[in-house]
Amino acid sequence: METILKVENLNVKLDDELIICNLSFEVKEGEVFTILGPNGAGKTVLLKTLLGMFPYEGKIEWKKGIKIGYVPQRVPFVKDFPISVEELFRLKTKDKKEVKETLKLVGFDESFLKKNLGEISSGQYQRILVGWALIGKPEVLLFDEPTSGIDILGEETIYQLLERLKKERNLTIILVTHDLSVVFKFSDYVICLNKCSVCQGKPQEVVTPEALSKLYGQEIKFYNHYHAH
Amino acid sequence: MLTNFFEILISGIFVGGVAGYLGSLMLSRKMTIVVDPLSHLALPGVALALIFQKDVSLGAFLFLFFGTILIWFLEQKTKLPTEAIIAILFSVSLAVTFLFLSTEEIEKALVGDISKIGKTESLIVVLISLFVFFLIQKIYPKLTLISISEDLARAEKINLKKYQFLYLLSISTIVALGVKFVGGLLVAGLTALPAASARNFSKNLKTFKFLSSFFGILALIFGIFLFKIINFPAGPLIVISGFLIFLISIIFKKKLKLRI
Repeated sequence: METILKVENLNVKLDDELIICNLSFEVKEGEVFTILGPNGAGKTVLLKTLLGMFPYEGKIEWKKGIKIGYVPQRVPFVKDFPISVEELFRLKTKDKKEVKETLKLVGFDESFLKKNLGEISSGQYQRILVGWALIGKPEVLLFDEPTSGIDILGEETIYQLLERLKKERNLTIILVTHDLSVVFKFSDYVICLNKCSVCQGKPQEVVTPEALSKLYGQEIKFYNHYHAH
Repeated sequence: MLTNFFEILISGIFVGGVAGYLGSLMLSRKMTIVVDPLSHLALPGVALALIFQKDVSLGAFLFLFFGTILIWFLEQKTKLPTEAIIAILFSVSLAVTFLFLSTEEIEKALVGDISKIGKTESLIVVLISLFVFFLIQKIYPKLTLISISEDLARAEKINLKKYQFLYLLSISTIVALGVKFVGGLLVAGLTALPAASARNFSKNLKTFKFLSSFFGILALIFGIFLFKIINFPAGPLIVISGFLIFLISIIFKKKLKLRI
């Protein structure tokens, strides 16, 4: 498999505080790569640094000409924002056909185009944002903390959606989460981050109780998901 | 008897429409909050223009332009939030204005004076309004995205500073034109009121933009006609007309949601 992202000795300092120390990893094509860690561990900063939003030391090397889609964490959900789903998408592309296709891809029918952003649920809003990220047909999707929320019976969860997108669009997915079950069920490679890397590798091999207590700084209850796949 | 009623009306329609259009861009709190204090920055400029008997819009624009740059500069140097910096400049500019103007001139500076708009002036007002209209139209999509999420905008490689500057420039220009009609104190009413009224009826951006411009024009027309009939200062009458439209919009809010 081709390497699409190579990071070497990455250090990120913001306002003289070291946020990320000495990270090195590679992301392979078609992989689900998770960044696991407690709040304040630098997960979001890492994602934004990969996107070029923060200055850094070290090396970040994306595959040449790669297209990246990005779903940020908790986009403020503005009720009464007088904008329709279609108008939101049209801020990114002029192509009406792509807007319709993208909407279908994230599980909505065409009638949804006319919906006002204030009328939709936060789960639906998250899907819309995934749709937003998919416009322009990116090869890799960076997703900051998907919230699973309450799954309505019969409805596709956000992770099922990502699984499907991965197959249909041949996506590589880089995911930030603090949800362990996501790591075990869903990802091929994990990096446990608390400023520096605490562990990294295949989830079944590296996410051990010891690694977790080191990551979260205390004993946490650990469910064995070794046979989840 | 007014001999220049037509000129006043035409320039009013253009300024009102573009101010309303600009108001529809103030989707988020952060973008709304700058207009009011920024408009007060125009006051010393208006004061100087009155003292030297120059066009008030010119004085206002010069002060707004340098004010905007000063805000930018202080923002970089102090890392205070924009609102705080504008508030500081705002009180200083009011103080300076009161120091130099006579009571009668202060009234003109605060609530505007449209009785002197002539042919050339109205033509200039129309041209500048059109220019700002096209400028706003150009920056609209990107600024909308910025107000939805700065992260999303950054990921799209949008230069936030550039668009915020163009946004401030549009505001400065409209405020400068607006001071002629409603004075430096009331000018936020030209942008905020139509947008607030339009929001009550709009399900999408297209409707919102259209109605906001439309209500802006309507308020100016009402206000100017009232001014002609009862001969009170036009500024307060225009803003009160805008407020009446807003009241009506609240009453019909529940019943009408429009998509154009």
